[in-house]
Amino acid sequence: MVMPMPFSTEDLSIYYGEFQAIKNISMGFPAASVTALIGPSGCGKSTFLRSLNRMNDEIAGSRSTGHIWMDGIDLTASGTDVIKLRQRIGMVWQRPNPFYKSIYENIAFGPRYYGIKNRKQLDEIVETSLRRAALWDEVKDRLKESALALSGGQQQRLCIARALSVNPQILLLDEPASALDPVSTGKIEELITELKKDLRIVIVTHNMQQAARVSDYTAYFYLGTLVEHGETDQIFTNPEKNSTQEYIMGRFG
Amino acid sequence: MEHSKVTPREAQRRRLPLEKHRIEDWIGRIYTSVCVVFLIATIVSIVYFVTSKGVATFAVNGVGIMDFLFGTRWAPDASPPAFGAMPAIAGSFLVTLLAALIASPLSIAAALFMTEIVPTFGKRILQPAIELLSGIPSVVYGFIGLTLIVPFLRDHVGGQGIGVGAGALVLSIMILPTITSVAADALANLQRGQREASYALGATRWQTIYRVVLPTVLPALLTGIVLGMARAFGEALAVQMVIGNAPFIPTSLLESASTLTSIITLGMGNTAMNSIQNNALWSMALVLMLMTFVFIMIIRLLERRNRI
Ligand SMILES: Nc1ncnc2c1ncn2[C@@H]1O[C@H](COP(=O)(O)OP(=O)(O)OP(=O)(O)O)[C@@H](O)[C@H]1O
Ligand SMILES: [Mg+2]
Repeated sequence: MVMPMPFSTEDLSIYYGEFQAIKNISMGFPAASVTALIGPSGCGKSTFLRSLNRMNDEIAGSRSTGHIWMDGIDLTASGTDVIKLRQRIGMVWQRPNPFYKSIYENIAFGPRYYGIKNRKQLDEIVETSLRRAALWDEVKDRLKESALALSGGQQQRLCIARALSVNPQILLLDEPASALDPVSTGKIEELITELKKDLRIVIVTHNMQQAARVSDYTAYFYLGTLVEHGETDQIFTNPEKNSTQEYIMGRFG
Repeated sequence: MEHSKVTPREAQRRRLPLEKHRIEDWIGRIYTSVCVVFLIATIVSIVYFVTSKGVATFAVNGVGIMDFLFGTRWAPDASPPAFGAMPAIAGSFLVTLLAALIASPLSIAAALFMTEIVPTFGKRILQPAIELLSGIPSVVYGFIGLTLIVPFLRDHVGGQGIGVGAGALVLSIMILPTITSVAADALANLQRGQREASYALGATRWQTIYRVVLPTVLPALLTGIVLGMARAFGEALAVQMVIGNAPFIPTSLLESASTLTSIITLGMGNTAMNSIQNNALWSMALVLMLMTFVFIMIIRLLERRNRI
């Protein structure tokens, strides 16, 4: 028997009421790499992504079957400490959603939950997180200002910094650049490439060029099923399935 | 050539749709303008009337403004009469603040329950029920207060039952729906991303409510509270029925007292137009009106802060 990868799903299905949005998906996410999830609108990419840190639990009427493995532990087990789990798996959404607080407080928010009260320690975490999100130089003199005063691209990097503040091992990104201009998008992509050295990243994107640029592995979803999953180069140049090729060709236009 | 040849009548017929349009446009414009002018005229004349009557106490009857605002003896029919409005002003502020203190935590908790804990049930059943509550006429609240709250206070707390405490309780029940619906709206309109971000960092529901949701909607919550206070401050009937209406500054919650509104409602039937007694009531109305302006200004300021 093959050991499941340290982070992987096994036979994962997700339902909204009677509707099955994700159908028996088994796939792994290798360390120090970026996996892109692609597929037409409504095929279940966000649903799948959200289930990985159990954010789907917050949606009334949703339930799941199957397993999510992380270092040999089943995250879908009923006894799982969802709070610890979410500390290890960070998430960023399409629309930047900074808190209505200062830049500093946005970053310090998470660490405070994990009991860090020491001001010096918090200062350090804020600086490290902002540096990792390539935002430090732009905001270091205005940490006390409202996060809402930042531009959309800066807000999104702040959200990434906020996710990094609790030192996750996995980062889930749901179309993180689709609301941003090309320059900001470029910065986010650079950031992803930089961050993958220490984390696993799973990114949903509708932008095929982006998937090709930033990801090592690509998974093509269609109507809740995983059609094809492999190395990005292979998926983009020589996919096994016709439907994958058609989707990618169509999107490249 | 054939096509461009048009008889005058034909031309008129062709222009008709356009003309009709313009007439409708004009009628609409005139109608709305008339309404607006009427509205403005009404507001201006009310403000002017209340102000001129209210000022007459000081300008015509020679009562000192300071004696009125800070005098503690209200005896309009004594000789010589005394027109100290302090007991009523203090009574109004006291019941209003107490009512807000009682109602705010309850309302905000109710709003949180409706939006955060049982959103579907809250939206479908609780919200309409609360809105219904705010439509109940104040005389009914006063009646309930007189029938239930006053005897309860008399039997279990002491005193006559009537008094500041009873007034504040009745008012707090009245403003509960006001604060609750404003708070529930604000909570429901909070972007989902705010909660999601907090949950995704591992916060529990309670931590999310306490550290993210409440601070973010705080200006709106304050708006609701001030709206409730404005309603409490201006309420006459329900308060008058349970507060006792003694013209003294109360020293305990179980003591009978009066408010600006209760003195006006009780006194207006018994005073002759243009008498000093009547004018003094108008001065109280002026104080009420000015306080209402202050409440509205506070709400406006909060709303501006809310938008940022
Ligand atoms: N909260 C929900 N309740 C019920 N059904 C939902 C919910 N969220 C998503 N769905 C359904 O699940 C399916 C997958 O939705 P999902 O949002 O995961 O798609 P997606 O691939 O992320 O699409 P997009 O590219 O447009 O973001 C859709 O059919 C959608 O209607
Ligand atoms: Mg999506």
